[in-house]
Amino acid sequence: MDSRDAIFERVRSAIGRKLGQKPLPPPEPLLRVSAKTVEQRLARFRAALEALGGTVTLVPNFASARQAVETLVDGQSFVASPHPFLAQCGIAGMPYANPEELRNACATAGVGITSAYCLLAQTGTIVLRATPQEPRLISLLPPVHIAVVPQDRLLTNLDEMLSMIPRPVDDSSAMVLVTGPSRTGDIEQFLVRGVHGPGHVHVVIVGG
Amino acid sequence: MVDVLEQLGYEVEFRPAQTCCAQPAFNSGFHDQARPVAEHFLDVFSDAETIIVPSGSCTSMIKHHYAELFANDPKNLARVDSIVPRVWEFSQFLLNSADLDKLSPRFPHKVTYHDSCHALRELKLKDAPRLLLKRVQDLELVEMEAAEECCGFGGTFSVKFAQISGAMARTKVDSILQTGATHVVSLDSSCLMQLRGALSRGGHNIEIVHLAEVLASRK
Amino acid sequence: MSAPDPAIRTTLADANLQLAIYTNTGRFKDNRSKAVSPETLPEYQDLRTRAAEIKQHTLDFLDVYLLQLEAAVNANGGKVIWAQTGEEAADFVLQLAKEKGANVIVKSKSMTSEEIHLNERLIHHELDAVETDLGEYILQLAGQRPYHIVAPAIHMTRHDVADIFEEKLGVAHDTVIENQAMTARRVLREKFLQAGIGITGANFLLADSGAVVIVENEGNARLSHSAPKIHIAIAGIEKLIPRMRDLAVFLDLLGRSASGQPLTSYTSIVSGPRRAGELDGPEEFYIVLLDAGRTKLLADVEKRESLRCIRCAACLNTCPVYRKIGGHNYPWVYSGPIGKVITPQFKGNEKDPWLPFASSLCGACAEVCPVKIDLPGILLKLRHEAKPDPKDTRVFGLWSWLMRRPAMYSLAAKIGLSWLGRQPNGWLNKVPWPANSPSGPLTAWLSERDFPAPPPKPFRELWVERKVKERKK
Repeated sequence: MDSRDAIFERVRSAIGRKLGQKPLPPPEPLLRVSAKTVEQRLARFRAALEALGGTVTLVPNFASARQAVETLVDGQSFVASPHPFLAQCGIAGMPYANPEELRNACATAGVGITSAYCLLAQTGTIVLRATPQEPRLISLLPPVHIAVVPQDRLLTNLDEMLSMIPRPVDDSSAMVLVTGPSRTGDIEQFLVRGVHGPGHVHVVIVGG
Repeated sequence: MVDVLEQLGYEVEFRPAQTCCAQPAFNSGFHDQARPVAEHFLDVFSDAETIIVPSGSCTSMIKHHYAELFANDPKNLARVDSIVPRVWEFSQFLLNSADLDKLSPRFPHKVTYHDSCHALRELKLKDAPRLLLKRVQDLELVEMEAAEECCGFGGTFSVKFAQISGAMARTKVDSILQTGATHVVSLDSSCLMQLRGALSRGGHNIEIVHLAEVLASRK
Repeated sequence: MSAPDPAIRTTLADANLQLAIYTNTGRFKDNRSKAVSPETLPEYQDLRTRAAEIKQHTLDFLDVYLLQLEAAVNANGGKVIWAQTGEEAADFVLQLAKEKGANVIVKSKSMTSEEIHLNERLIHHELDAVETDLGEYILQLAGQRPYHIVAPAIHMTRHDVADIFEEKLGVAHDTVIENQAMTARRVLREKFLQAGIGITGANFLLADSGAVVIVENEGNARLSHSAPKIHIAIAGIEKLIPRMRDLAVFLDLLGRSASGQPLTSYTSIVSGPRRAGELDGPEEFYIVLLDAGRTKLLADVEKRESLRCIRCAACLNTCPVYRKIGGHNYPWVYSGPIGKVITPQFKGNEKDPWLPFASSLCGACAEVCPVKIDLPGILLKLRHEAKPDPKDTRVFGLWSWLMRRPAMYSLAAKIGLSWLGRQPNGWLNKVPWPANSPSGPLTAWLSERDFPAPPPKPFRELWVERKVKERKK
């Protein structure tokens, strides 16, 4: 008997079940969804992210989004996702021919610019989903991460996201909830930002 | 406790046949030795109208663990089911049943209250003893920071792991000292014994009293 | 039933260590209680109840969810590896590393991998297996095991870290914590970019999505599962929850219970290797599902709930015993109340028989457990199942006999009280009787505290006098 079968046999005998025996249904998921206005969500998102040391810039249109990003990049080298929304804002993602090129660019850039799958107001969270248009290293290797996101992607909380899309990783290989900068308190519980991931997180929300 | 209950108009009876609730053996894993003692408790108290216990720990033993002890003994289990609603921890009983206006204690001291673990966590008695203390004339109640932290007694733990138990008691003592209180009040004599021993060893002149003693006081 | 007395004594006598343990756990404890207070999270108790129900349900029907997870992982292009033992799990990693020529392996913090000594096994085979969580990295350099489930280096100071970095990394002695963190970033970033395999644990496994959930603050877990060509997640079979939607409950509880954070900096939900068109992410994805004793716990209906644990360490931070003796005095990698509960179940109750008894049963742990494990209740069961110490059996046998004989009992109490009453403090332990032999309970008591002066008369005598007085009136 291989390990798989051995484990299944032990599990079934431990809980007294037979192969193919129907289970009871699981308890209902508990999702807390409450309607919040755009203003409330914006205010909450800003408060939550700023409390963690991130910044939030609210801009009315694509052109001003581009401008806001330029100000934040402040002349540093940057990498940007080949994401259609960034293209709309006029923020050019370099086309990378192969994984090595992308990786080297991310490893040396000062700033990584992405869009996002959505934002969660309650916790100040950026939800990123790995896709060809949103590589994972751009938001991870550079010391600064800027996310440029349309306002209609600002949700109230994780519960709302999961109530709309119960299995959001079905069509992606990875999803990351980014809530503020990278941090550690492993030495004397003293807070240090940017220990492995970006130490600076900026979100530009594009309204209208 | 007897004084307080009589002042409140209750007829108090002490049954000399009583001994112990059986918790020491039960908590040490000796169910076979605990069972006959618990049975003795049931023999002594089964016909009592109300049983008032001056200890959160004993109350909890009877109310929460007797059923487990007699899980395979339907006759005694029935006696447990019948007795449990009649068993009260002292402060719990006062607050739920008594006409407290008949009581006019005076205790002109600065007092801090130690939450004994079983009263707090198994009987959920956080507010009851404090409400009673607040009714006492001239008593100043100051909360210590570690009020809910265990004093370190824990029955046989206090001797089997004496160093740990002692270290826990010293933390508690530090917290008591910070309040500037002259008296520590609690519901359980075992905590009181532990704290009294630790305070005395530390050379601190702070008195340890049971809630009943405070409520009976008219100084 | 002897506890590791000398080691515990050493810990208790080390004032700096005592302060470090007490203040660090205290901060976690305070942050937790603020984060779950009724003002901040009014639905906290409902969340706990639901989390406990969901975990319990998953355990009760674990075969179904394991099958579901396996099918979903396969559909996503990943692979499930079944390991009955820690050796089997390590062998899989070793073989894969050899096959793929992966000499550098980066690892993010995982208690499961600590449990099976994965690092030691990999390093023994001359692989460069590097811990990447800052705390774990420091401990790996120092050759120590985690002191705490969530904050592994909670017992160390910046001075310790400066010494370790100087000695092991050859950098200048530097006690500035920011600089120390940046040194680790620099050294480990290179490892991330060289590594052929990244190993993570899993906080949860999602049966419906075939995904691994990893919760962290530093970003080292993200790097471990994003940068190398191969990602291996190692998890116990008890980590399953049925649906992605259940994360709404569990994530809200985990961060708050662990550190008071509503959500940690990063929560990764990894569901497979990179897909067509993606330029990064692992090309291969494996979930190693580990038994290593878990099915034994599962078979014990009364104690099965110990497998609900989500390793938040709230029980450690609130435990007055952990806060005194720290993590290394527990015999296994899992310390604190949960360690006391699961170590005997995994390793056998005979191995460290003192463990379930080293508790005052104060219940503070159960109060903060986000999945409502009845920790003191399970300790009581373990005590009951323990092989009794013959001395204790005699003592409780005598006690039981005495407690059923009120007349004898009251006589014994009277003798005891009058005798104790005559002894001045400190003399008690000079009288020759078993209780104050060097290992006797009285000696133990007096080693730490005084014996309070007993009341002048037993209550039952006062009672009789009172009744006599009443009658005279």
